[in-house]
Amino acid sequence: MAEAQNIPVGSTTAGQIAVAAESTVATRMSAPASFDVADFPVPHGREEEWRFTPLERLRGLHDGTAVATGDGVKVDVDAPEGVVVETVGRDDARIGRAGTPVDRVAAQAYSAFEKAGVITVPKETVLTEPIRIAVHGEGGTRFGHQVIELGAFAEAVVVIDHTGDAVLAANVDYVLGDGAKLTVVSVQDWDDKAVHVGQHNALIGRDATFKSFVVTFGGDLVRLHPRVAYAGPGGEAELFGLYFTDAGQHQEHRLLVDHNVPHCKSNVVYKGALQGDDAHAVWIGDVLIEAAAEGTDTYEMNRNLVLTDGARVDSVPNLEIETGEIVGAGHASATGRFDDEQLFYLMARGIPELDARRLVVHGFFAELVQQIGVADIEERLLGKIAQELEASVA
Amino acid sequence: MATLEIRDLHVTVEADNATKEILKGVDLTVKQGETHAIMGPNGSGKSTLAYSLAGHPKYTITGGTVTLDGEDVLEMSVDERARAGLFLAMQYPVEVPGVSVSNFLRTSATAVRGEAPKLRTWVKEVKEAMERLNMDPAFAERNVNEGFSGGEKKRHEILQLELLKPKMAILDETDSGLDVDALRVVSEGVNRVRETGEVGTLLITHYTRILRYIKPDYVHVFANGRIAESGGAELADKLEAEGYEAYTKGGASE
Repeated sequence: MAEAQNIPVGSTTAGQIAVAAESTVATRMSAPASFDVADFPVPHGREEEWRFTPLERLRGLHDGTAVATGDGVKVDVDAPEGVVVETVGRDDARIGRAGTPVDRVAAQAYSAFEKAGVITVPKETVLTEPIRIAVHGEGGTRFGHQVIELGAFAEAVVVIDHTGDAVLAANVDYVLGDGAKLTVVSVQDWDDKAVHVGQHNALIGRDATFKSFVVTFGGDLVRLHPRVAYAGPGGEAELFGLYFTDAGQHQEHRLLVDHNVPHCKSNVVYKGALQGDDAHAVWIGDVLIEAAAEGTDTYEMNRNLVLTDGARVDSVPNLEIETGEIVGAGHASATGRFDDEQLFYLMARGIPELDARRLVVHGFFAELVQQIGVADIEERLLGKIAQELEASVA
Repeated sequence: MATLEIRDLHVTVEADNATKEILKGVDLTVKQGETHAIMGPNGSGKSTLAYSLAGHPKYTITGGTVTLDGEDVLEMSVDERARAGLFLAMQYPVEVPGVSVSNFLRTSATAVRGEAPKLRTWVKEVKEAMERLNMDPAFAERNVNEGFSGGEKKRHEILQLELLKPKMAILDETDSGLDVDALRVVSEGVNRVRETGEVGTLLITHYTRILRYIKPDYVHVFANGRIAESGGAELADKLEAEGYEAYTKGGASE
């Protein structure tokens, strides 16, 4: 896919690199970050951070009318030995350390949750099996908060698996101690009606490595805010995302990497495939390089593959640089189409239509899927892609 | 013996909200082992014939028949035609991002042969075929046609021809845009396939240059949507000397 080539009708790819004394990321938000939902006005849809989101499909998460149902959303944690799994009250000091809610729904989740989950991997503990968190909706509404904390030099893989039908507003804090290594796979494999909004904050310790895969397939509306900040120099963040947006689905990923300390790295790669009428994917990639963050090395990329007419992508990379003393900074965004000519070419070599589509979509996602490193998730993902393609061809 | 029979083929295309007839009754029979050159001026309908035979959705068949060994080609989907033994080397092969050449070739060979080729012999087969076409092995890991030069695209088409071993090969202006060296390499590839005696070749070209390397058994002049004249290789010499003027007076279609 050549850069910004073949942009389908109705899609936008915009980008800018701003060199500014004032951060436009900060100033374009309708309210400063806060843990209190009352600090955010109810959005009406024209705000910068809400303009792509169909508010009427948020099931009241944005205007205070959504009410927790008590049950109807189950959370089960399966952790290997050596991991401490707790359920704590709102006053626990470990909650909210990785970041502050930046929009009304994140603040709503923070203001409304009753108990939080805290998972701790003690220092120097190296896990060989993943920690699995299963969030399964049975039609309920839930406000949640999860903390995952790794002590110094601890290493862990965490899989958060969202399935079923739910209205969920939940934030996650990842706190990485010095030299820790955390890989997180968050799978949004919801049923068709589910609504899921959340802010995922990672605070990366000195010389720590954070690797995140956000994999979004299901749901009526999914809107996630993966955010990264650094607690010391030498931190590395790799933020990978895959989404397969089907007819009628709204899937929105809004990333922010805040290079607030020197000598940290970040690499962002999000790839999405879309098919069907009113499939809508939104990708916002904000990277800030603050004045103090000398020696920063960052790159962000968003690629979209539009498989049919009627789908829409909005992709907005944004890089703000306050110091020139950096190793590198770049971004790219491109939206391409799988068109009739490509299909004809593959079919003219004997490849049936479904196989041709699968070949192209698997090829598109392959470099990311292979890096997940959790075999059952990789298999499920490829199976899911095949299934969705089959449904569209049939 | 495989035979491609085209009878009174009429094809239209939609352009600017109008239906335009491009092929106006084409008759042609190509037998296995034979090479037919189809020559004609721009806009005479040569490429339309090639793409219609392969089943491109842009073209609508409004009359006539096409059979391969008696089977109705026009009833087949694009992939079925390829599996039945038709191969179209395209003038403008498209880029397929995200799909490597090696993955593409193997998927295609699996589809056409009806079973996955054994990995060890397959790797060798591809490697040798690429060497014969002077293709860098690194080529196999690139995405299909992405960033390929004009010559690389045509070599890649002929590589597929050699690997897929069709009954009928339609080469649509494979010579266009090639320098003499590339033309020679590509022609040698075509000749290797022809020498097996197992393929019928329909060589579509605007120029007589490629006929110095690939000797046709028959030459047909295409003009205004049908074959205006047929002859042996000597007809190409006449075209070389006199051009297409004699055939275009009636007014060529676009």
